[in-house]
Amino acid sequence: MAVADEFGVLTKAFTGLGVDEKSLISILGKWHPEHKQSFRKTTCDIFIEDERQFERWDDRHVQKLQQEFLRFKDAVVLWTMHPWERDARLLREAVYKGPNYGILVETACTRSSEELLGARRAYHSLFEHSIEEDIAFHIHGFEKKLLVGLVSAYRYEGPKYSEEVAKSEAKILKNVIKDGAKKLHEEEEIVRILTTRSKLHLKAVFKHYKETSGNYLDEDLGDQLILKQTVQCLCKPETYFTEVLDVSLKGIGHGFAKEALTRVIVTRADVDLKLIKEEYHQLSGVTLSHKNEEIANGNFKDFMLTLIAR
Amino acid sequence: MSTLIVPPHVPSVAEDCEQLHKAFEGWGTNERLIISILAHRNAGQRKAIRHAYAETYGKDLLKDLDKELSSDFERLVLLWTLDPPERDAVLTDEATKKWTKSNQVLVEIACTRPSKGLILVREAYHSRFKRSLEEDVAYHTTGDFRKLLLPLVSSYRYEGDEVNLRLAKSEAKILHEKIKGKHYSDDDVIRIVATRSKAQVNATLNEYKNEFGNDIIKDLEHDDDNEFLPILKATFECLVYPENYFEKVLREAINKRGTDEGALTRVVATRAEVDLKIIKDLYHKRNSVPLHRAIVKDTHGDYEKMLVALIGEDDA
Repeated sequence: MAVADEFGVLTKAFTGLGVDEKSLISILGKWHPEHKQSFRKTTCDIFIEDERQFERWDDRHVQKLQQEFLRFKDAVVLWTMHPWERDARLLREAVYKGPNYGILVETACTRSSEELLGARRAYHSLFEHSIEEDIAFHIHGFEKKLLVGLVSAYRYEGPKYSEEVAKSEAKILKNVIKDGAKKLHEEEEIVRILTTRSKLHLKAVFKHYKETSGNYLDEDLGDQLILKQTVQCLCKPETYFTEVLDVSLKGIGHGFAKEALTRVIVTRADVDLKLIKEEYHQLSGVTLSHKNEEIANGNFKDFMLTLIAR
Repeated sequence: MSTLIVPPHVPSVAEDCEQLHKAFEGWGTNERLIISILAHRNAGQRKAIRHAYAETYGKDLLKDLDKELSSDFERLVLLWTLDPPERDAVLTDEATKKWTKSNQVLVEIACTRPSKGLILVREAYHSRFKRSLEEDVAYHTTGDFRKLLLPLVSSYRYEGDEVNLRLAKSEAKILHEKIKGKHYSDDDVIRIVATRSKAQVNATLNEYKNEFGNDIIKDLEHDDDNEFLPILKATFECLVYPENYFEKVLREAINKRGTDEGALTRVVATRAEVDLKIIKDLYHKRNSVPLHRAIVKDTHGDYEKMLVALIGEDDA
């Protein structure tokens, strides 16, 4: 390979998600000091010309690189962990390093009743508190009411529900949304319905809402992101996860958005990743594997591809 | 401590079933036989009997009991025979569907059962009623009551002994402030009472007493017109002094003109295998008369005999 091409490969090896270990080894391993210097001089977004005549590695890039080297390890640990511990840790981080409402809603609403209970148990062991006491303490207002309710739910998972009640609750939601959900009493009804009804019941509410208003409930709640996410996670999680992946893979935002790829793939691989893959393909025009090839590197990339292909 | 007396040599499950079936035969019912068996078997044994009865006779023992017995005696026997989580599911279902602002049963069950116990109740509720306990509580209660009751029945409290004293001090202060200002259903009050572990609530109430001089229960007694206050008071009592709470319920049930059989039945059936001995001793201390004497004075017939058997005083 020509040295100029190697510069390109190496830069790619350092950017995106994860790190291209093989290229780093094969290229850097054989470079002489002049090649390395040439690389440093030409790659100005990684190296800065210092006033004392040397090319200095940008601190932020080194930090970023550290994160990227760890990306594979984090994915492996998350994948291997017991789902209860994994979810307890996700919830904890979302409360203390945020708060990140999206991850709280996601974890509370897309797991089965037993899995959520397990996560609550694991939270007791790991953190000597209940998840609800920590959320109630650190989060306030409307979001607190909703999140404490979502995380405390032990929803009925059987086949029975009342079509009549679903119809009337769809009507309640329609009226609340029409009025702009500003009155406290009506906020309580939204929280009651979303935090206590079974998922089957909620899907019926969603259906009746569409039939009577012509719109999708989650779209009509679009002004309040947390409500939109709640409805999506409860009624059509594949759609929610597809959107999360899309944002993350487009490179929009940073921090939490970047972690989304690992989190979604690892937590959904044995649940509904097939459905998510289909929807993602429809939404973006490319397959999830293809997109992953584009933006991820090395062992991390291979691990994600393996999980995607399961 | 349990008051249940199980004989040292228990007949086989098959024998018990046969005897019970005999008790239903012919004219009338042999209530004494029923009491002598069921009132002297623990939850595991009763479950085995129900199972064997269904296998042997193709019928549900509870349905047969329902057919043969009546009134207060029947209710006591039925509640007693049920598995504890199922029993609590039945009680919470009733409390929800016939909910009134003075009904304390939901608070009682949500707060005096251990964390895992409450989860089992919710599971049993799913099986029996095809809905979740929390969706029914949310639907049937309103306002401040819903604000308190919903998180109480949904709680899965941490059960360790660890206590954060700094937090206990600061939350005692918050409680004092809100109570003084009569903001009984304030968000923070609900948060503390519905999510903190029992050990933490206990520590908080100790700090409250140390810092402000009174038991929080005393400070919650002043507002006679406020309907929410008794429920909040009951919540604290159930969380940290359950035996005192139950003694009070028994005392009020017995002293009430005509007797509140519902409450009497509920407490005896739900606590006989848990802490009825402690409650019994407390009752004697507080009322200068032993519980069984008070029960005999206030009730009669088979209902009385069953109660006396369950509190361990029937010399059987």
